[in-house]
Amino acid sequence: MNLFKLRGGVHPQGRKELAEKHAIRQLPMPERLFVPLQQHVGAPAQPLVRVGDQVLKGQLIGAGQGFISAPVHAPTSGRIAAIGDFSAAHPSGLSSPTVTIEADGLDNWLPTRSVDDPFALSPEEIANAVGAAGIVGLGGATFPSAVKLSLSRKNNVHTLIINGGECEPYITCDDRLMQERAAEIIEGVRLIRYAVGATRVMVGIEDNKPVALREMQAAAAGTEVKIVAVPAMYPMGWDKQMIRALTGCEVPADGRTADIGMLVHNVATAFAVRDAVRFGRPLVSRVLTVSGGAIATPANLQVPIGALVEDLFSFCGGFSQKPARMVLGGPMMGVELFTAAVPVVKGTSGVLALTQQEIGSTQAAPCIRCSNCVRACPVGLLPLELAAHIRSGDSGAAVSRGLKDCIACGCCSFVCPSHIPLVHYFNFAKGELMEQERGKLKQSATKILAEERLARIERIERERLEAAAKRKAAREAKKRAEQMSKMEVA
Amino acid sequence: MKTIAHSPHAHAPVTVSRVMLTVMLALLPATLYGFWIYGWPAFNIWVVTLLAAVIGEAFVLRLQQRPVRPVLSDCSGLLCAWLLAISLPPWTPWWIALLGSWFAVIIAKHVYGGLGQNPFNPAMAARVMLLISFPVEMTTWIAPLDSAHAPGWLQGLAVTFTGAQVDGMASASLLGHVKTEFTRGIELQQALAGYYAPLQALWGNRAGSMGETAALLLLAGGLFLIARRIITWHAPVAMLVGVFVPSLLFSSINPVHYAGPLYHLLSGGLILGAFFIITDPVTSPNTATGQLIYGLCCGLLTWIIRTWGGYPEGVAFAVMLMNAATPFIDHYVKPRIYGRNRKGDSVSLEPVKKGA
Repeated sequence: MNLFKLRGGVHPQGRKELAEKHAIRQLPMPERLFVPLQQHVGAPAQPLVRVGDQVLKGQLIGAGQGFISAPVHAPTSGRIAAIGDFSAAHPSGLSSPTVTIEADGLDNWLPTRSVDDPFALSPEEIANAVGAAGIVGLGGATFPSAVKLSLSRKNNVHTLIINGGECEPYITCDDRLMQERAAEIIEGVRLIRYAVGATRVMVGIEDNKPVALREMQAAAAGTEVKIVAVPAMYPMGWDKQMIRALTGCEVPADGRTADIGMLVHNVATAFAVRDAVRFGRPLVSRVLTVSGGAIATPANLQVPIGALVEDLFSFCGGFSQKPARMVLGGPMMGVELFTAAVPVVKGTSGVLALTQQEIGSTQAAPCIRCSNCVRACPVGLLPLELAAHIRSGDSGAAVSRGLKDCIACGCCSFVCPSHIPLVHYFNFAKGELMEQERGKLKQSATKILAEERLARIERIERERLEAAAKRKAAREAKKRAEQMSKMEVA
Repeated sequence: MKTIAHSPHAHAPVTVSRVMLTVMLALLPATLYGFWIYGWPAFNIWVVTLLAAVIGEAFVLRLQQRPVRPVLSDCSGLLCAWLLAISLPPWTPWWIALLGSWFAVIIAKHVYGGLGQNPFNPAMAARVMLLISFPVEMTTWIAPLDSAHAPGWLQGLAVTFTGAQVDGMASASLLGHVKTEFTRGIELQQALAGYYAPLQALWGNRAGSMGETAALLLLAGGLFLIARRIITWHAPVAMLVGVFVPSLLFSSINPVHYAGPLYHLLSGGLILGAFFIITDPVTSPNTATGQLIYGLCCGLLTWIIRTWGGYPEGVAFAVMLMNAATPFIDHYVKPRIYGRNRKGDSVSLEPVKKGA
């Protein structure tokens, strides 16, 4: 198939050889699981259990709130030990509401209902099953999948694109999943296609995964699903880049993929959809990669949601040397972890322990305007110019030059010979802007309140004066009447 | 307190000093060849220029109370001095090299704020300053040496530092010779006769600065830089086209008065300028389209100055003029943002054309 020309992008050292040969293994059930109630974009789930309750694996423990939200289920059977704040997987180290489960070791499933022919279900039923299973985008975006499904149907999506790019270095979980469970993924893909009524289905897989490509091609033979090899480059897994590579279409800056009739899902999401629709099993575990130069034996693991990162590290034989940095996610867009005592969530595709040599130097030098960043940017921005505006405190100018179009992929920082933390500048400025906008909202709310108060004071004053005038008039009338009567008497 | 490290947590194996050192490596063959054909004085000038740059840069950094070592170790000052050195007449007196070098790093670079901040290419700014201020010293060229006349090491020092003369060596550069002959009313073919052989030019066996004679070695260095992705092809190719097209056009209309493309391409500092000077990232535009425009204009201006200007060579002036136009080019030539048209508005819902 003819592929379409792409812009920008970089070719970081893949480092996938560390983990790609290791088949997916099951992480032994930890004694305790820490399940955050917010693992998705949107409103956090509301806890449905109380401390001391016994739960079964797959039992609903947090209900989704509002339109964009997702429910949370118990990843194993056991007792609810605590409901409260626990460190979230975020560099700030702040905590979030979390349900702690003491595993009973039995791992008993809640009785689930299997469906023999999922294609006999209506599209709405499939979307409902996906929603009830708490499935979110497993590529890392963690947008509730059911919302995407129902929106796509409304928008008459004609093309379904399944993202098997996995362009982040080190991460190999989707690769292994495609190698080992291709048939299940293809069934999930076909279920999604059926649920949204798309006429065209393409799975884009980077050509650095030949085994996955072969397995997926074999599994897709005879179905409507088309497997396409795309060139290995970062950020191939950016949904808009994948759309561009496969169809040549571009998503409008003010719109969403659904506006041009496209829906993008990740391969791991398709796998989870199949589990949910076919077997009624909610999303309680995922496959992720544990890798990095400091890990003794890198691995691809099937991990229950809520397992601690330190559990993963110790299962992988601990560190072969002291890691210079622990990272949640891939090295290009992942976040630094200060502690390994944070839980794995639905969107966690990998955890890395990197050596200083892998990270490289971080000492920044002046910009020499070499334009490496301009050539690397997949969006078509001028990172050096944006950063200069932000440095001088003019984020307004940065916005007018496309700051809001930045996807924070990190290509510019990656290729900068001066090691300038460009993405850091952009995220900082985006934060500033959000703060400004919040400030503006607050200001306008305050202004309205102040105006109302002024009006109220005026009204009260006016009423008081009116009342006083009335009283005065009444008093004078009375006086006059008295005088009249006196005169009459006289 | 530990600071948060922002993504990405990986980096391409590239640093500023590595970029600079690669460019120096690309310059090395042509420079060594220059030492060989012009002898010890050329080497002396090269040493004086580089040393002066290091001393001058260290001095201004001390004045600014900035750490000296990290700035010096980015090697940008050395590269700038190297480029200046090979654009000077090889037998020029030592103080020309010293003045030029200090002007380049102190006035043209650090006064503007140091690396990355200078609007003009420091090496070219220094060369233009010297050419205007010291026209005699800057236009006294030397014919390539044969071993019988080559000065020894001590004699070489004498040439550089005391201005000692060696008989029968002074010569005019090709461009200078033709310009002089023109002013005497002698026609091109006559002026070139016995003075010009394209093959000779290719190998650089003629009078000139170190950086303009060995066109072939400089070209090889430039191609090496393109292969190593230190520079892109846009600006160099555009500059060569900018010289090639008008010279071809005019020489085919009136060959008596206008020199042909081969003469222009292989003379003066054109190859050095195209691959090493206008590819200076600091003073050139950011986008590929911008670099094409910039290179083309550099080439055109070079040809115009050579053909109708008062000076025989125009590369340095052309580069300076286009340096001044770089912010202007960057202001108007910007890449299209994904999902938007060139004006910055969101694109309509039509699919884009293949390869756009």
